[in-house]
Amino acid sequence: MSLLIDLFISFFLVAFVSFGGATAVIPEIYRIVVTEHAWMTAQTFTELFAIAQAAPGPNVLIVTLIGQYVAGWPGALATTLAMCLPMSMLVGILFKHWDRLQHWRGRAAIQLGVAPLAVGLVLASGVLIARSATPGWSGIVLVIVTVWFSLRTQLHPLWLILLGALFGLMELD
Amino acid sequence: MPAPPISDSVTESAAPARIAPGPAVLFRGFARVGLSGFGGVLPWVRRLLVDTERWLTAEEFNVLLGLCQFLPGPNVINLAVAVGVRFCGWRGAVAAALGLMFGPFLVALLLGLLYARYGEIPAVQSLLYGVTLVGAGLIIATGLRMALNLKQRAVYLPFTLAAFVALVLLHWPLPVVMIGGAVLTVSLSWWRLSREARR
Repeated sequence: MSLLIDLFISFFLVAFVSFGGATAVIPEIYRIVVTEHAWMTAQTFTELFAIAQAAPGPNVLIVTLIGQYVAGWPGALATTLAMCLPMSMLVGILFKHWDRLQHWRGRAAIQLGVAPLAVGLVLASGVLIARSATPGWSGIVLVIVTVWFSLRTQLHPLWLILLGALFGLMELD
Repeated sequence: MPAPPISDSVTESAAPARIAPGPAVLFRGFARVGLSGFGGVLPWVRRLLVDTERWLTAEEFNVLLGLCQFLPGPNVINLAVAVGVRFCGWRGAVAAALGLMFGPFLVALLLGLLYARYGEIPAVQSLLYGVTLVGAGLIIATGLRMALNLKQRAVYLPFTLAAFVALVLLHWPLPVVMIGGAVLTVSLSWWRLSREARR
């Protein structure tokens, strides 16, 4: 039970800084579950990340998979709720006043100010995840190729994920 | 169909009279799109709300999305909650969010079980290694796209770089970077907006 409470509180706090969604806070989640609590190894973390990427649905599912790995389905429920509840409740509260807040200078200021940080967080997430997989030269090339294809073509991400899976299998001796 | 003005007439849209969905309809609607997205459900939710079901006009959708992007947390879940609240209060919010998460949650549990069972097999591990790298590349691409869309880039892009360096090279804790950074950037944007308003 105390494990579930630990999980819930950790992810509840992460929710408050997750500007840019779950993707932006992946390094923080890594710090909590691998470095601080040692709930899993770095390798398991990156593998769960890979599964979340390959699965359909919202990005927040990485949190569900981590919760399940640590404490079964109650853990999955705890982390998912902790990640979604705080801001869902704020949405419910702010919703009524949103029309009025539209013209408030603070709203525009927060939106302008937070966006560049969110971008920094997302970029850092990508780099830290790539680094935690400890890729060789060929792996680094794969990351760069993915970035290029994603920015320059309309190719569906699913094809790139498939390419990654094939690449991984070829790395196997 | 002319688009209604953005600010005032949010309630009186140009669309024909629409029937406000109840909780059960919201649940089913969002359940349909929950599993449809790879790397982002948001475009599919927009299609459901604006094109297929016409619960919202494009303008209303943008206003609600603005609220959800203003707050931290998973945007698409925030959006489901906002739509639910709008049509039937907290019951609608619960129905829409549960609908959206129900399918993906079960799929995640199933994949987690498969991983627990087969995760030790070397072939599975090297397959996931490749997918991890592609996933990282997709996230970096998303970040670069966001950077290109930043408003007033010359002013704010240095803060993006600073946050990146603090996290990746200096290993500062993320809450410190986010909260400390936000104090700086929001003060700056507030000051710039005030200066603009005075002109």
